[in-house]
Amino acid sequence: MDQIPIMKIGDCLLVSIQVDMHDQLAISLQDNLTTRIVQTRARGVMIDISALEIVDSFIGRMLNNIASMSRVLDAVTVVVGMQPAVAITLVELGLTLPGVRTALDVDRGLALIRRLIDDEAGS
Amino acid sequence: MDVEKQATLAVKSAEDIVRIRREVRSWAVESKFSLVDQTKIVTAASEIARNTLDYGGGGQLALEKVRQGERRGLRLTFSDQGPGIPDIQRALTDGYTSGSGLGLGLSGSKRLCNEFYLESKPGVGTTVTLIRWK
Ligand SMILES: Nc1ncnc2c1ncn2[C@@H]1O[C@H](COP(=O)(O)OP(=O)(O)OP(=O)(O)O)[C@@H](O)[C@H]1O
Ligand SMILES: [Mg+2]
Repeated sequence: MDQIPIMKIGDCLLVSIQVDMHDQLAISLQDNLTTRIVQTRARGVMIDISALEIVDSFIGRMLNNIASMSRVLDAVTVVVGMQPAVAITLVELGLTLPGVRTALDVDRGLALIRRLIDDEAGS
Repeated sequence: MDVEKQATLAVKSAEDIVRIRREVRSWAVESKFSLVDQTKIVTAASEIARNTLDYGGGGQLALEKVRQGERRGLRLTFSDQGPGIPDIQRALTDGYTSGSGLGLGLSGSKRLCNEFYLESKPGVGTTVTLIRWK
């Protein structure tokens, strides 16, 4: 089965979702990310969904799960690049992403992760 | 209501859900839906297809381009011969799930469409019809 690559940049993991994921692929991404956070002791996880044309309840649940798991493993999660049409649809679907921070693009996402990590270190 | 184009798609695997999203998208583009409307109908289709697979044990989708007077749109009819839904009102409530979902598929899809019909009989099966007008 194909897999979604996970890149490591400094103490962050970066995932760029480029395909329309079927459900098992989404589940394996969630599992692989958890393993990698532990292995690499990453402090931040950035998920780029700019190529995703929809986010349904399944993908939404995956994003929430990733955020909760990384929090337990002492990492912050930021989702970047959500298309406006996707965001509008999510709201109407009734889906909320409580533990997920969002940013417009990868640059801002990295800046947000840095800030969140520094805030935690400071407090 | 006139049917201008019709296709039947299987809902038997997770790959079928991906295929349905792609097909509904291309029909919505062909019907000149706005990007937001395309996204809404594809998202609703994804939700109901997954229910058909996970709870209905698989089934099929009848995808139709329809016309009513001057209005044109897409009608999606998902049907399965699964266990059916004992309490339809409850199933349509935001947040109700009998599994481990968020309980948003049915109620959310209803909001994403212009017309939504749910028919279900315990032991016989479930049919969900979605219409999105252009
Ligand atoms: N085709 C079906 N056959 C039998 N039961 C169904 C069917 N579709 C939905 N249901 C029932 O209705 C409930 C609500 O469905 P809904 O899609 O709203 O939520 P969910 O699938 O549980 O969670 P989510 O869609 O948010 O992941 C389901 O938990 C299930 O019990
Ligand atoms: Mg569902």
